[in-house]
Amino acid sequence: MCLLVDKYRPTSLDQLTYHHDLSHLLKITAHSGSFPHMLMYGPSGAGKKTRIFCVLKELFGEGVEKIKIDQRTFVTSSNRKLDANIASSIYHLEVTPSDVGNYDRIVIQELIKDVAQTQQVDLNAKQRFKVIIINEADALGRDAQAALRRTMEKYAKNIRIIFCCNVTSRIIAPIRSRCLLVRVAAPTIEESTQVLRQIATNEKIKISDDVLIRIAGKSEGNLRNAILTFETMIMQQANISKTSEVPSPDWKDHIENIAKSIIKTQSSANIMEIRLVFYELINHCIPAPIILKTLTFALFKHVHDDIKMQITAQASFYDHRLRTGQKVIIHLEAFVIKVMHLILSNNQKS
Amino acid sequence: MKKSTVSKDSEDSQPWTEKYRPKSLEDVSAQEETVAVLRKTVLSQNLPHMLFYGPPGTGKTSTILAIARELYGVENMRLRVKELNASDDRGIDVIRVKVKKFARTVISKNTRGPPYKIIILDEADSMTYDAQAALRRLMEDSSNTTRFCLICNYVTRIIEPIVSRCAQFRFKPLDTSSSKSRLEMICAKEGMICDSQTLDELVRVSNGDLRTAITYLQTANTLFKNEMITLEFVRELAGFIQPDAIEQLIQSAESHSFNKIENTVSQFFLSGYSAVQLLFQIQDQIIYDNTGRFTEIQKAKIAMYIGEIDKYLSEGCDEHLQVLNLIVTISKNISNYETMDFD
Repeated sequence: MCLLVDKYRPTSLDQLTYHHDLSHLLKITAHSGSFPHMLMYGPSGAGKKTRIFCVLKELFGEGVEKIKIDQRTFVTSSNRKLDANIASSIYHLEVTPSDVGNYDRIVIQELIKDVAQTQQVDLNAKQRFKVIIINEADALGRDAQAALRRTMEKYAKNIRIIFCCNVTSRIIAPIRSRCLLVRVAAPTIEESTQVLRQIATNEKIKISDDVLIRIAGKSEGNLRNAILTFETMIMQQANISKTSEVPSPDWKDHIENIAKSIIKTQSSANIMEIRLVFYELINHCIPAPIILKTLTFALFKHVHDDIKMQITAQASFYDHRLRTGQKVIIHLEAFVIKVMHLILSNNQKS
Repeated sequence: MKKSTVSKDSEDSQPWTEKYRPKSLEDVSAQEETVAVLRKTVLSQNLPHMLFYGPPGTGKTSTILAIARELYGVENMRLRVKELNASDDRGIDVIRVKVKKFARTVISKNTRGPPYKIIILDEADSMTYDAQAALRRLMEDSSNTTRFCLICNYVTRIIEPIVSRCAQFRFKPLDTSSSKSRLEMICAKEGMICDSQTLDELVRVSNGDLRTAITYLQTANTLFKNEMITLEFVRELAGFIQPDAIEQLIQSAESHSFNKIENTVSQFFLSGYSAVQLLFQIQDQIIYDNTGRFTEIQKAKIAMYIGEIDKYLSEGCDEHLQVLNLIVTISKNISNYETMDFD
């Protein structure tokens, strides 16, 4: 049995339920005979990957669904061995070069040149080129991106590259100028609800629209998240009533609690307690920037408008400190203390 | 090895940027001064070492390829010209072995063209300092058999000793009219109908980068074979943020309601726009505003904040938090709200 997310993943452009204009454009592009390099960007869970596969299917037909995963070893100039997982079909390859960290350039150079220099041998293939999908392109180093520049032009006959990333800010301009930029916006709450409702009908689950809307709202535009939450709820509770609580991840609850306790008591004892929770969160691999961001938005729910503006300024400042500094816990705590201070001085004034 | 005969089929699928790459020096758009100087050097058949620099899409690679083609002809180019770019491994070993070997080989005087070869080091600013240092003596030693041409975006990343050994040519961003005439030429050749306004917008969003403009034009052509291309579509192609999304952000800042700002910013990010692009456009919108919406001093301050946020973003900060802060700061600023010192 597979997850609902995978079961109901659309496999062709016609099945996509939202962004119809975009699907239409992708379809024309796929059939036009001159398929460009592409850069798909948008928030996570918006359906970038799904769309990429739909386009591939449109381009090559069924063949792209037969995927094998193999591990390839690359050797750096200093004889270090790197292993990268590559998912491939006869028409395409998929890599996440950022997996190998600093050595992403090697993977890009070796792999892409390998593929680029061989032509498609299958005469029945619909297209003369192969497609390379590069995941998390925004995590690619500058070197790796620079390495792609000329390759993309030189071997344009044999390969097309599809980048998949969250933000375009970290993609260098020369790459952006070589690609067709495709923005995949997050689905609206109605669109997510629509998808959930569809799944519920297909699975013959009785669930009220209210709950679905709440799930969609809580997922903040992340459809994958919404479907996963939906599935969790079905698993946990046999009967979902109108008032059923929509579960949120543990760590979010913890951060919510931190926010509440900051607002309730501003004391050094409390800071010590919060520190423990922070450590716990970090130990569970929640990245510090995410903690800071979630905490900030959690705080917004409980404080007065005037302080919100100041908290935003502080959050932005400590976000920067987090990235450039060494030890994250210091900056997280500094942020907490600053916020406590803001609350205290605001209370004194009024 | 690649066959030199290119079938008709593959020519169609070739990107236009390759198809319409200038074939001769005269074809190179807009770089009049540079081309004039190069023209003279080509005629004298005595090239210096060269360093081309300038923003992407201004014709640096095209120019050197055109020169090489004029000097040697298409057939001989393969033997006489070596092109290395960032996609090739260009550590110090490669310079020491491969480049050195190529540079040292002498070519017979009987063949057509000048008695030297050309090594093109494309994207030279991504070469390591060590590799660049290894080039220094090599450039002098092999100067009677080889000319080097370095191409880069940032001349500051090339070490001084290399710069001083080269004749420098700056490629400036293309001006509107020459980009446009080039696009018109392509339109005419491809039989594409495109009105002048759309071309203007194309040139505007591509910011003097002709390659970008041509890529967009080709995409537009494939997507809208016979239809008119809309301005919105051109913007969307370029990853430009639709003006009303920006307007909404500014309006939310003017409303001074924190909740409204928060919602608008969240909505903005759900649409998947990029924060850096936002900074560009919001800056344009505010700084060039002449309706009196903002006072001069407000504009100055906002420009300062934008700069700060840009630095934060380039250091990898969270886009959402930073943009939220930017809008909040702008909001505070235009209300003459007293900014509190909290240290």
